[in-house]
Amino acid sequence: MIAATFDRPTWAHSVPAAVKFGTLLVVTIVILRLDSPQALGLMLLALAALYLSCGLALARAGLRALRGIAIAAALIALWHLVTGRPDAALVLPLRLILAVLAATFVTLTTRLDEISALVDRLLALVRVPAVPRRRLALAIALTIRFVPVLRDKGAALSDAWRARSPRRPGVRIALPLALIAIDDAERVGEALRARGGA
Amino acid sequence: MERNIALIALFAALIGAMALLPGLTLASGIPITAQSLGVMLAGTVLGARKGALAVLLYLLLIALGLPIAANGGAGLGVFTRPSIGYLIGFPVGAFVIGLVADRFAEPMRFVPAMVAALVGGMVVVTVFGIIGMWIMLGVTLPEAIAFAAPYLPGDIIKAVIAGGITQALYAARPGLAALRA
Repeated sequence: MIAATFDRPTWAHSVPAAVKFGTLLVVTIVILRLDSPQALGLMLLALAALYLSCGLALARAGLRALRGIAIAAALIALWHLVTGRPDAALVLPLRLILAVLAATFVTLTTRLDEISALVDRLLALVRVPAVPRRRLALAIALTIRFVPVLRDKGAALSDAWRARSPRRPGVRIALPLALIAIDDAERVGEALRARGGA
Repeated sequence: MERNIALIALFAALIGAMALLPGLTLASGIPITAQSLGVMLAGTVLGARKGALAVLLYLLLIALGLPIAANGGAGLGVFTRPSIGYLIGFPVGAFVIGLVADRFAEPMRFVPAMVAALVGGMVVVTVFGIIGMWIMLGVTLPEAIAFAAPYLPGDIIKAVIAGGITQALYAARPGLAALRA
């Protein structure tokens, strides 16, 4: 399973995850509080510089993340223009773009195991005992493993459907896929118990 | 316990795998984001507590960076979009679905599962979604409600599908009902 982390290491990859997440939290709050288009524009420039400091390839990955929200940002701008709120038409899409860019930067430059280690440390900080934390780590690992497994089985079901029908597979795939997941869970549970339990 | 962890993890993976499945579009042209169908199934099949935990695990893995959000989205950026309200509503919805279904004698039959999916998966999730858009988009409350309205027909269809799938799963694996507690 390919995570969203950018594979070529940059200087930002070596910054501790806790520092990046703490900064992201502060930056996101600031973005949501800022009302002036000028200040938000400056933030956009700063974020662009941050991306570029990690190389063009990472900046391109950041732009790809924006593709998903480009339509939403345009619609928000249009809606506020039509309803006579020109200031909101500029500020709200800018905020959206900034928040997505800032969050994506952290995701791109932090490995999945670093983030899950951070989650574990935060839970330890709020006094969650070791056993539930280990169970969470196990559940995370199982899910990471089984997303591609179930996706492949879903693709195989779709192929089997297409081999027999000119129509598209559609939601009929959902039932056998759910059944596969439930049966797999049963076997995984047995296997875990056989190996000493969780 | 092992079985519960495996069920919760596999259901989180199922929601993720379903969010990635291509071509889940109905003949009427209403797109079915299978993601929310997965959330409904988590509640109808696993019950309130385990269903909500499976959805929370799914959201955590999106935050960790797995590309398993609707349309292959990944990472923390998913949570800064106007759809954030729906994401927050998902685990609450799954919990409510489990609670509502358990009011019936046989929670995994078609009607209980469908009713529960309508109440938790459509009403509860949509209320959260509306509040999210209201805050994130800077629009008035009636405008936010209007934005949410086009998704409702799809939600009704998904609730019916979730009811059908749940009953079929119950028929195939009757032991599932005992695991809901």
